[in-house]
Amino acid sequence: MEQINHETMAIELKQITKTFGSVVANNKIDLSVKQGEILALLGENGSGKTTLMNMLSGIYRPDSGSIFINGAPVTINSPEDSIRLGVGMIHQHFKLVEALTATDNILLGSREKGIFLHKKRSEKIREISERFGLEVDPEKKIYQMSVSEKQTVEILKVLYRKADILILDEPTAVLTPQETTRLFEILRRMKQEGCAVIIITHKLNEVLEISDRVTILRKGESVATVTTAETNARELTELMVGRPVELAIHHLKTDFHENLLEVHHLSVADEEGFETLKDVSFDLNRGEILGVAGVAGSGQKELCEAIAGLLPLKKGAILYHNEDLAGKSPNEIIKMGISMSFIPEDRLGMGLAASMGMVDNMLLKKYNEGKGPFVSKKKARELAKKLVKQLDIVTPSVDTPVRRLSGGNVQKVLLGREIESEPNVLITAYAVRGLDINSSYTIYDLLNEQKKKGVGVLFIGEDLDVMLELCDRIMVLCHGKITGIVNAKEVTKEELGLLMTDASGKGGDAHEV
Amino acid sequence: MIINFLFAAIKAGTPLLFGTSGEIMSEKSGNINLGVEGMMFMGAFMGFYAAYHTGSLALALLAAFAIGVFAALIYAVLTVSFMANQNVTGLTLTIFGTGVAKFFGEMMISKSGGSPKLSERFLASISEKPIPVLGDIPLLGKLLFSHNPLVYLSVIIAIICTIYMLKTRHGLNMRAVGENPGAADAAGVNVTLVKYVHILLGGGICALGGAYLSLINGGGIWNNSSVVNGQGWISVALVIFASWNPAKAIFGSLVFGAFSVLQFYVPKNIIVIPNAFYVMLPFIITTLVLIISSMRKSREGSQPAGCGVNYFREER
Repeated sequence: MEQINHETMAIELKQITKTFGSVVANNKIDLSVKQGEILALLGENGSGKTTLMNMLSGIYRPDSGSIFINGAPVTINSPEDSIRLGVGMIHQHFKLVEALTATDNILLGSREKGIFLHKKRSEKIREISERFGLEVDPEKKIYQMSVSEKQTVEILKVLYRKADILILDEPTAVLTPQETTRLFEILRRMKQEGCAVIIITHKLNEVLEISDRVTILRKGESVATVTTAETNARELTELMVGRPVELAIHHLKTDFHENLLEVHHLSVADEEGFETLKDVSFDLNRGEILGVAGVAGSGQKELCEAIAGLLPLKKGAILYHNEDLAGKSPNEIIKMGISMSFIPEDRLGMGLAASMGMVDNMLLKKYNEGKGPFVSKKKARELAKKLVKQLDIVTPSVDTPVRRLSGGNVQKVLLGREIESEPNVLITAYAVRGLDINSSYTIYDLLNEQKKKGVGVLFIGEDLDVMLELCDRIMVLCHGKITGIVNAKEVTKEELGLLMTDASGKGGDAHEV
Repeated sequence: MIINFLFAAIKAGTPLLFGTSGEIMSEKSGNINLGVEGMMFMGAFMGFYAAYHTGSLALALLAAFAIGVFAALIYAVLTVSFMANQNVTGLTLTIFGTGVAKFFGEMMISKSGGSPKLSERFLASISEKPIPVLGDIPLLGKLLFSHNPLVYLSVIIAIICTIYMLKTRHGLNMRAVGENPGAADAAGVNVTLVKYVHILLGGGICALGGAYLSLINGGGIWNNSSVVNGQGWISVALVIFASWNPAKAIFGSLVFGAFSVLQFYVPKNIIVIPNAFYVMLPFIITTLVLIISSMRKSREGSQPAGCGVNYFREER
């Protein structure tokens, strides 16, 4: 253990253990952060990062072990205790009240004197945000805000409470590269002011860019703490996974040149008549992976659903082998060979029935094959067993409810089932959402295999680094409009980031591409 | 004529206003309590019982409020602490409260040997009296300032609730708990405490509405069968009509009050409709209100997002 003497430790965790039922989420974890230091917490999914941080923020209580803040032993029983100790946590899923304004969210739960809320409370918040160079309208309601604005409110909340220990759980997952740069500037400024910062992230390049030290967790244990300046991506991955991993994503070249799907001037409106997709036109070729990039909620979901026949089209046409898909039922579209796997944030929301086993989930798409009123489970069972073997799905049995499987395995089940129906067009949204490096690569391989077979893959993604390597072309959506379709070989991440925020008409950020 | 009609509408709307204000307090903290009818019934009995024995209005109201708090406590323990389903618990509370109140009402009837009647002195204390000076204003004096004391109490409570909700720190915390208990918790708000306080407060206010029904509308005589009679359910619907704002409920309760007394003010010789239709009218309007407001989609005037969902911090 490296113990740097005489510098004050803002946080010290010693031998922290936390179990949920029979699952050990954290096993005797040690961790320390100095004042004025940024520590990155790295680990695969389910390695216990968030659980550990939730014990600092008072959401969970440790089973055993001790916590020291600024050198003194503390007990954190509730978020209230944690706030009092100067700990501010920005959760991965923001803890904001949608119906309230930014100001009211920031003031929420504060222990200030006085019964009444100040009429001019927004002014005070505006002052603070200007002092830290953060741009946010204090009187705007949260539900009207973009993701990065919401994050700014979360940061302001922490600053307002004068927290000197800041914890961020995957803060960059939803940000554009430009927004990430801005966030890192803020973090560096807080560091200079003597704050201790812990940042949880999957992205190695960000770890290397922002942190001073890195603590790596694997399967609930802390395996190593290294100084960032003395390490590299390869070493970090090895520590995280426990063995060497090939980091480059294989890019396949195919030779098909056949047009598979053409989308012409597609517009889709939601219930209130607001156009969630505006005049979208593109085509998808055989043996191609077409990436779709964009800030969350830019119309990705609507695009998937429109092609899969789940949303009525307002205008435009979707041609598949020159046949219009408009007005066809989802079932007919599936039979034509178009398959969709959409993985929402909660992973189980769409496509799989959480409390049913793999066998029954296979049946969901196959129930109407075969004769007679009864379903035959035999084929589904064979298929489920085949997938388990092929994709290394970890499950006690093919009848175990899928909700009991880990995230990566659930995604393999979903994608595996779609691929098994031998589609010609495969739409996959957020296929690697929340997956660790290992599982992600399995999924990339699966997709490349499909590409080799001549399948056209529409890959809706989040991580631009991955998309640049995996995709042939990348289409960027912004507010439901296409702001560009670019060749993945010839574009940089920054250019994509600009396209993602472009056309918003917000001014200030307008750059030339 | 019209003044008399509106005057009667205000009177009929008052118990609804109590019920609605109480239910709004509960729902704004994230708990939909369908036990309003039951809590009102218990308040009706308790208020009458205390008035019958002590002859004091203050004690009668206090007793009603206390029994409402107690009934709401049952609900709060079950839903907040034991995470029971809110709808089922609320419905059970309605059945329970109605039953208990009728049971003790029957006992009171048999003990008094007929129909228990409030003393003249007590009835005088709740009679309609014009407020000095204000009551002398022509028309308005009669319409607004010549009521029994409980009418003013209901309006004052509704206004206080509104100011509390929208203008105070505690009110802000309560709204946050109702919308997103997870966020409020993370901000250091004691979610369990906030929920308990507002469910209990709401129950007490609802029960005052029940006391109004037995003391004022009952004309001083306890009648086991028709005390509350669905007013609790109308209050629950009024919450939606008032878009979770007690100040708007003042107007809403007036509208519903007007419908329930309409039959006495329609010139019978001109419009001939069976009386049963008028009795049915408030419930038809309730249904319509529910349909119309379910189509309305504004973020501000809609049900708190966390309403109906129990909160458990360590849920994974």
